[in-house]
Amino acid sequence: MSADRGPEDPWARLARLTPARIGLGRAGAGLPTREVLRFGLAHAQARDAVHTPLDAEAVRSDIAALGFETLTVTSAAPDRATYLRRPDLGRALTDEARDALGAEAGEGVDLALVVADGLSARAVHEGAAGFLAAFQPHVARAGWRLAPIVLATQARVALGDGIGAALKARAVVVLIGERPGLSSPDSLGLYLTLGPRIGRSDAERNCISNVRPAGLSHDLAAFKLNWLLTQAFALGLSGVNLKDASGDALESAPSSTLLADGAGRPDCA
Amino acid sequence: MAYRHLVGARTHVFADLATLMAKATPVRSGDRLAGIAAESAEEEMAARWCLADVPLSEILARPLIAYEADDVTRLILDTHDAAAFHEIAHLTVGDFREFLLTAPSATLARIAPGITPEIAAAVSKIMRNQDLILVARKCRVVTRFRNTIGLQGRLAVRLQPNHPTDDAAGITASIIDGLSYGCGDAVIGLNPASDSVSTLSGLLHLFDDLIRRLEIPTQGCILTHVTTTIEAMNRGLPVDLVFQSIAGTQGANASFGVTLPILKEAHEAALALKRGTVGDNCMYFETGQGSALSAGQHHGIDQQTLEARAYAVARAFRPLLVNTVVGFIGPEYLYDGKEIIRAGLEDHFCGKLMGVPLGVDVCYTNHAEADQNDMDTLLTLLGAAGCTFIMGVPGADDVMLNYQSTSFHDSLYLREVLGLKRAPEFEAWLERIGLTDADGALRSDGPSARLIAAAPGLANRGLAA
Repeated sequence: MSADRGPEDPWARLARLTPARIGLGRAGAGLPTREVLRFGLAHAQARDAVHTPLDAEAVRSDIAALGFETLTVTSAAPDRATYLRRPDLGRALTDEARDALGAEAGEGVDLALVVADGLSARAVHEGAAGFLAAFQPHVARAGWRLAPIVLATQARVALGDGIGAALKARAVVVLIGERPGLSSPDSLGLYLTLGPRIGRSDAERNCISNVRPAGLSHDLAAFKLNWLLTQAFALGLSGVNLKDASGDALESAPSSTLLADGAGRPDCA
Repeated sequence: MAYRHLVGARTHVFADLATLMAKATPVRSGDRLAGIAAESAEEEMAARWCLADVPLSEILARPLIAYEADDVTRLILDTHDAAAFHEIAHLTVGDFREFLLTAPSATLARIAPGITPEIAAAVSKIMRNQDLILVARKCRVVTRFRNTIGLQGRLAVRLQPNHPTDDAAGITASIIDGLSYGCGDAVIGLNPASDSVSTLSGLLHLFDDLIRRLEIPTQGCILTHVTTTIEAMNRGLPVDLVFQSIAGTQGANASFGVTLPILKEAHEAALALKRGTVGDNCMYFETGQGSALSAGQHHGIDQQTLEARAYAVARAFRPLLVNTVVGFIGPEYLYDGKEIIRAGLEDHFCGKLMGVPLGVDVCYTNHAEADQNDMDTLLTLLGAAGCTFIMGVPGADDVMLNYQSTSFHDSLYLREVLGLKRAPEFEAWLERIGLTDADGALRSDGPSARLIAAAPGLANRGLAA
């Protein structure tokens, strides 16, 4: 197997300018063995992120340890194979889940938080409780009334619409495992929808994406979500008409590209 | 009018041509999602038998989406070349398949303007993968801007240097890397993360400087919305190619924020810049099965037929390049490697048959049941089919769009296995700068340092050594 390039190699220096896989070298027309294996490992991790089931009990217990009440629901997609083929089912609650949520709903709340597996259970396992811990002080400061945190499996973003409506929430935020990239199997997306009800379009949501250790930190993501929620409540709208101006220093990756369901790019969940 | 086909004692009934076309389509998840796929393997084959007997003239006479309701239908019918169609007007779909297998290249070129997308889609549905390869290989579609793309025995590569934050040095590094593998003759084309005109201005100048400084016989493109590119042209920015994602129905195009008049305006503006040196094909389109369903604008038509209709939109603007981003949309439309491979061959065939310079982004996402071995298979099949161009993404991993495509190395593989050359002007440039030998093979002592030194914006990063 050929060795890694030395630091004085001009390609090694070029490679530091981008996360793209450049300066890989070649063996004839092919990749060096180490690069074939490196790629294969990254793909394996991304595949595992998609297919590993959410350990709902472990995540629930981490969240409960922060002092939050919790509820667990499943979408109408019975398994992962169906989930991947039928996005409509991943967006729909089972009758049982809707009844259970309805029984919990009281006078109504300001905010419902949903933790959803989406396309990466790993992102939820590794990031959901940490993000909620970072977001908790913002909720306390704003004085928002919270519904119990809902754990949802085989879930797509729009499942939050039915959950938020059933819980009589003024807004819903869905924390969801994003479609894993080869170099980002652990990315959470946060989707904010004001006035959740079944039939909301993606244009009515704001997205904060790429929440992961090598991307947007929990503290920054919590700050941005707090800013967006405050604005959404004040202006009475969310989505494309609510522009994220939470500060140049906090500019995240281009979340708009991840909301473009129907714009030639699939949505992140 | 209902269509019927008898299998043994059982009569299969198909309510109309749209239903027949959908059920005759090799089954894929998107048509299932839309509720229009064949419900059994026998029904699928019965539909194909039945479709084989439908006259081409009947397909022409029965628009799947009404003329009054959809401007893509109007475009298809208003620009239909009846004289070119005359030669095949007497054929059924089944006859047409045999005609195509027999016809020489010159005949295929002659009839192309007479082939509607519905006719191309219909015949593709009764063709096996080998038929799709064999016929597409005979179709010659040659386009020109600063080089000549689509000649026999040639394969071009789009160098795709995407970066998650549009960092100029990072993008330049990927471009230099790609050039060093002899990629970039189709276009150096970036999907920007930002859509602000100020960011685009910097990127357009970056590409223009690089192409001029290194005297590369190729073209650059920033793949942003057509209206943003029109704005860039109005501001006098250096735009080579105008990009837009397009689809096969008026409604799906509207969901992309694009109309035929907007495309016409952009095309005319780009033509007026006269930036091409050997030709004036200045449009670059991307398409992909499933986009119309994703937008809820599919009219109950199967996704493969709608995809072919997108090529009719492209054809009207004499594009330099069109590519189907075949596996990008996800498993709800194309579930696994088998479905992606079939769709890639269908799209390439339909585009070429209609006279469109079709390339393929051989790709998949991590939630599809596919891997790089499936892409190797499709890549090799498309090379055999005479595909116009493929993507060259560093290490096949697009770090901005989060999907896997084909790499610079993959293009070397295909050239070595199938003896495919680059666009002639680009091939000559590579040899002139000492990167390749007279056979087009990469030299082991290629001028990497000189490429790096000449790249704008890298010298001040201590990289000019």
